[in-house]
Amino acid sequence: MVHQFQNNGFNIVLDVNSGAVHVVDEICYDLIAEWERMPESADVPEGVHKEAVVDRVLERYREQGREIRREEILEGYEEIRELAEAGALFTKDDYETAVIDYTKRPTVVKALCLHIAHDCNLACRYCFAEEGEYHGGKRELMPLEVGKKALDFLIENSGNRKNLEVDFFGGEPLMNFEVVKELVRYGREREQEAGKKFRFTLTTNGVLLNEDVMEFANREMDNVVLSIDGRQEVHDRMRPFRGGQGSYEVILPKLLEMAKRREQAGKKYYVRGTYTRFNKDFAADVLHLNELGFREISVEPVVAPLSEPYALREEDLPELLEEYDRLAAEMAARAGTDRAFTFFHFMIDLEGGPCVYKRLSGCGSGTEYMAVTPSGELYPCHQFVGNPDFLLGDVWNGIQRQDVVTDFKGCNVYSREACRNCFARFYCSGGCAANSYNFTGKIRDVYEIGCALQKKRVECALMLKAAEAEAAEAAETAEETE
Amino acid sequence: MKHIKTLNTKRLNSTVKKGCGECQTSCSTVGNQTCEK
Repeated sequence: MVHQFQNNGFNIVLDVNSGAVHVVDEICYDLIAEWERMPESADVPEGVHKEAVVDRVLERYREQGREIRREEILEGYEEIRELAEAGALFTKDDYETAVIDYTKRPTVVKALCLHIAHDCNLACRYCFAEEGEYHGGKRELMPLEVGKKALDFLIENSGNRKNLEVDFFGGEPLMNFEVVKELVRYGREREQEAGKKFRFTLTTNGVLLNEDVMEFANREMDNVVLSIDGRQEVHDRMRPFRGGQGSYEVILPKLLEMAKRREQAGKKYYVRGTYTRFNKDFAADVLHLNELGFREISVEPVVAPLSEPYALREEDLPELLEEYDRLAAEMAARAGTDRAFTFFHFMIDLEGGPCVYKRLSGCGSGTEYMAVTPSGELYPCHQFVGNPDFLLGDVWNGIQRQDVVTDFKGCNVYSREACRNCFARFYCSGGCAANSYNFTGKIRDVYEIGCALQKKRVECALMLKAAEAEAAEAAETAEETE
Repeated sequence: MKHIKTLNTKRLNSTVKKGCGECQTSCSTVGNQTCEK
């Protein structure tokens, strides 16, 4: 299976099952499309296939009044054949049995999302956590003892795994900062005797960032996510304080300072925004964040019921897809300059990415990853918190709903009909179970708007790799001619 | 090759034999993840 697309002046061919990515000229682009329509088979001798494919392409060029020599097309055909024989084009998906077997293995818990505060100082209109209260829950802060028990649960259920991830989440986790500090201290105490290494991370709206928090975060946090949506009018419309006033001017200087310190310390961070139907021109928000000085940026589509005026709708897709193209082209243009930036969903690792088992077996929610509420309840992930059907157990008694865990364990690319033949499946892993559940009532279906956006983001990511290769080649050539 | 430039040498089927489970969980990604082993 191949996926062909044109983006920003590049003809790109992804051989889906091998992961090989090719930038081709127009002749090969057309030849590969023809080859897909007329695949080789044992019944058709090689020479006959070659003549048929080449003739069809040549005929089309003649109809278009273009003069392209047959020898050129034959040359392209031979290059394609060479790649096909090398296992880099027209490869088959032979992974299903191995991946299904893999998903049946015993799993360990790798990561916890600690809902350190079910409370928030902002009243963001699109928040799935509903100002931190999570679907009719109450405002509460996680007591230290619950947090300690959660870390104990993680250590005890992580098998031989050394690296354990704990994200301080909310609501707004800094509303319970003293407990955050105590839990990090407790985790560091337990690391030695348990033979584990905690990677702590923090997701914050920035309102309570101060000298004490920044110093602590730089020392202890492996990564920090800073929430900001982009331009002031966009941000303030969706992220007001509870009293209604915008939060942009309060948080911006704090986020800039935090980002600067993270960069100076060589530590990871990114700013994370949400775009809605109110700012379908979200590329302007990403570029605004870049111009403010942020270099690690993520701005993601809102996922909300269609009853909400800000929810994305199917008819918005053409505009949104174009916007991703626009953003990718600008990211390519800024690469290598002092305004270079990364965009979370355009980053792709073509040489060192994960194995097929990881790529096809889903995100790990409900099996390797769980969310813990302030009262110690366990849920498959932060987006299921508050839904009693997904309450797995608690940190004192462990998992009580093995049936739900088993259901999540079976989430993989092959269990979702829409994913089986999707070109993006090795880069998407089957999408988000929570989004699927919220839109279809099933965790093993897909959220179609999310799929369309993800496919476009994968295409943009591959285009950026092509642009990067082209720039490297140009630099090399320039060096040789000097 | 004159008509085709291939951007990467890694092939997914080479990862079938060498599933260790050491990677991080992924999330709102597998695409930008790097294998830790």
